[in-house]
Amino acid sequence: MKDHFTVESEIMTETKITARNVQVHYGDTHAIKDVSVEIADRTVTAFIGPSGCGKSTFLRCINRMNDTIDICRVEGDILIDGEDIYDRKVDPVQLRAKVGMVFQKPNPFPKSIYDNVAYGPRIHGLARSKAELDEIVEKSLRRAAIWNEVKDRLSAPGTGLSGGQQQRLCIARAVATEPEVLLMDEPCSALDPIATAQVEELIDDLRRQFSVVIVTHSMQQAARVSQRTAFFHLGNLVEFGETSQIFTNPQDSRTESYITGRIG
Amino acid sequence: MSDISAIPAAAPHSSLHRQSARTKKRNAAEKRFQVYGMMAVGFGLLALVVLLASILGNGLSSFRQTHVVLPVELSEARLDKSGERDIEAIKKVSTFGYAPLIKDALARGMEESGIAIEGLDEKDAGEIISKEAPAQIRDFVIANPDLIGTTQEFRLLANGRIDGYFKGRVSMESAALDSNVSPAQLQLAEALKEAGLLTTGFNRDFITAPDASDQRPEAAGLGVAILGSLYMMLVVLVLALPIGVAASIYLEEFAPKNRWTDLIEVNISNLAAVPSIVFGILGLAIFINFAGLPQSAPIVGGLVLTLMTLPTIIIATRASLKSVPPSIRDAALGVGASKMQAVFHHVLPLAAPGILTGTIIGLAQALGETAPLLLIGMVAFVKEFPGAPPEGFFDPASALPVQIYNWTQRADPAFVERASGAIIVLLVFLVVMNTIAVILRRRFERRW
Ligand SMILES: Nc1ncnc2c1ncn2[C@@H]1O[C@H](COP(=O)(O)OP(=O)(O)O)[C@@H](O)[C@H]1O
Ligand SMILES: [Mg+2]
Repeated sequence: MKDHFTVESEIMTETKITARNVQVHYGDTHAIKDVSVEIADRTVTAFIGPSGCGKSTFLRCINRMNDTIDICRVEGDILIDGEDIYDRKVDPVQLRAKVGMVFQKPNPFPKSIYDNVAYGPRIHGLARSKAELDEIVEKSLRRAAIWNEVKDRLSAPGTGLSGGQQQRLCIARAVATEPEVLLMDEPCSALDPIATAQVEELIDDLRRQFSVVIVTHSMQQAARVSQRTAFFHLGNLVEFGETSQIFTNPQDSRTESYITGRIG
Repeated sequence: MSDISAIPAAAPHSSLHRQSARTKKRNAAEKRFQVYGMMAVGFGLLALVVLLASILGNGLSSFRQTHVVLPVELSEARLDKSGERDIEAIKKVSTFGYAPLIKDALARGMEESGIAIEGLDEKDAGEIISKEAPAQIRDFVIANPDLIGTTQEFRLLANGRIDGYFKGRVSMESAALDSNVSPAQLQLAEALKEAGLLTTGFNRDFITAPDASDQRPEAAGLGVAILGSLYMMLVVLVLALPIGVAASIYLEEFAPKNRWTDLIEVNISNLAAVPSIVFGILGLAIFINFAGLPQSAPIVGGLVLTLMTLPTIIIATRASLKSVPPSIRDAALGVGASKMQAVFHHVLPLAAPGILTGTIIGLAQALGETAPLLLIGMVAFVKEFPGAPPEGFFDPASALPVQIYNWTQRADPAFVERASGAIIVLLVFLVVMNTIAVILRRRFERRW
């Protein structure tokens, strides 16, 4: 598995994230095996693969959320804009402001909708006045396509929203800190089809501004929202390429088995 | 695989209207279990009812007290011979100098109401008034020296036996056998009551007055004990809450999970199970013998109780920190909060109700704790109120549970009533604290 995946295509933009020979261990479990990949800016990249193959693990390496797990060990390099994020000079807190994350289960804070979105900008000092903060909150909620639904009840608890609304609120919270990369770990797995469609539409929209990496167990979703797809299997990155190519003309037999439903 | 083939092809047709033997057995077992459960609950309730009934039956009367209301002439000849109202000179007159005033006042009162009891001399008659009464008048005179020479009405404590007579503890028959009180004295008390000179009313002094010596149970109050307990609770709250919460947050959120933290965890759990008297010995050795803090002082009691309460608070705090869903931490870290921000902005507010409940329960436990306090000398007889904090923390004081223990050790049966009354006070404090814990939990619990 020493292949270094790069994709030549017409939508090629500059590389945002580069992973080189990344290995992740949880104690004795070897969860990610020598993964190298280049993720482009202003593109939606989907990670697909059977359950337990390491998609979430790899995603969490990109904002160093794995640091919070005691037994987790990450080796290799991950560069964002050419800077090694595992360098000792890098503060993970600063990194996570730059690399936003949306989790599988919507997890708004048990606070008001406004405070949910304003929390990130507040702790990072992004607003100098209440008016500026209001503006950031509104902008973020608009970007997450939920403004119209909540603008009249910004002080209502975020946890009182429906599942789909909660997830869009979490997206608003993530984009409020002005990140450059947005990581999404199965953001629609807890949502109904209508909410899923709304979030997918939103993801497509977010691509104009961010490099979006989305983990999904649904191949249809990957096909719908992403431009690039990476297929993981048992901790290996088996295949990475244009989404259309992966789904129509997979190079690896394992990829083919998976998308035709024989493994997973 | 072989079991499948072992199942008969078609089970014989069975009616749902007839219970099978298995079902019957199962239902009977369930019934039996329910009966056992109800018996257990009933037994517990019965014990509670008996306990409460005995305590309330014995103790409620301590909230009522019999007083003799008499106009007392504060004769200048006896109290201030020089007539200069020099406070130092007035203070020189001891309580013995006040005793005749009361005797005179009682004699005059009896005369005016036309009370004459056969076979009761003036000295015996005087004994129906508490030995505390002269001190009562003396305190008044020292506070108001200008009133010497006038006649003032006083509510003087009646003797404990007389008080007991009106509460049903003493009867004419028992008085005949009692060297401390005679039937004639009881008749006098009865006559005074009819004349309106003797009343039984609410006993505020029971809550506010300090303890009294063996001979005057009627004057004994809980003031010093309540204040001492309050001071100790303050010390415990100020020390145990921040230390306990800080330790729990560190252990739960920051400390690496390794053998050392496991060891600490086990030891904290064990500490919670250490008999409280051991903490008393520790307190005696460290705080009194080594650090040289004064005996009987609330500060020492508070420190010992802090040691005792810490494990309770730490365990409760850790449990409530653990119960905060990890997704909240992820959410905070995900937007770039530091670990500390995640804990203080999000986890701690969610854990607060549990922490508060644990703290209050720990405090309630500490409030009722007796054994360690006996060892650090809080069982001493203390009649002086401790000063205001912070100096007051170093003055001798008593504590509620120790006062109860102390009173049950005294000979006079009137102290049994006082002890039960003190138990009621302690129970009221505990119920109030637990109610506060429940209210806090309800109020701050986030249901959204
Ligand atoms: N916190 C953890 N501790 C130990 N092992 C873990 C942890 N998280 C994930 N793993 C292991 O790492 C492997 C990859 O898991 P994950 O990245 O969650 O898979 P996916 O998201 O693709 O379903 C699995 O074998 C899983 O058991
Ligand atoms: Mg996953």
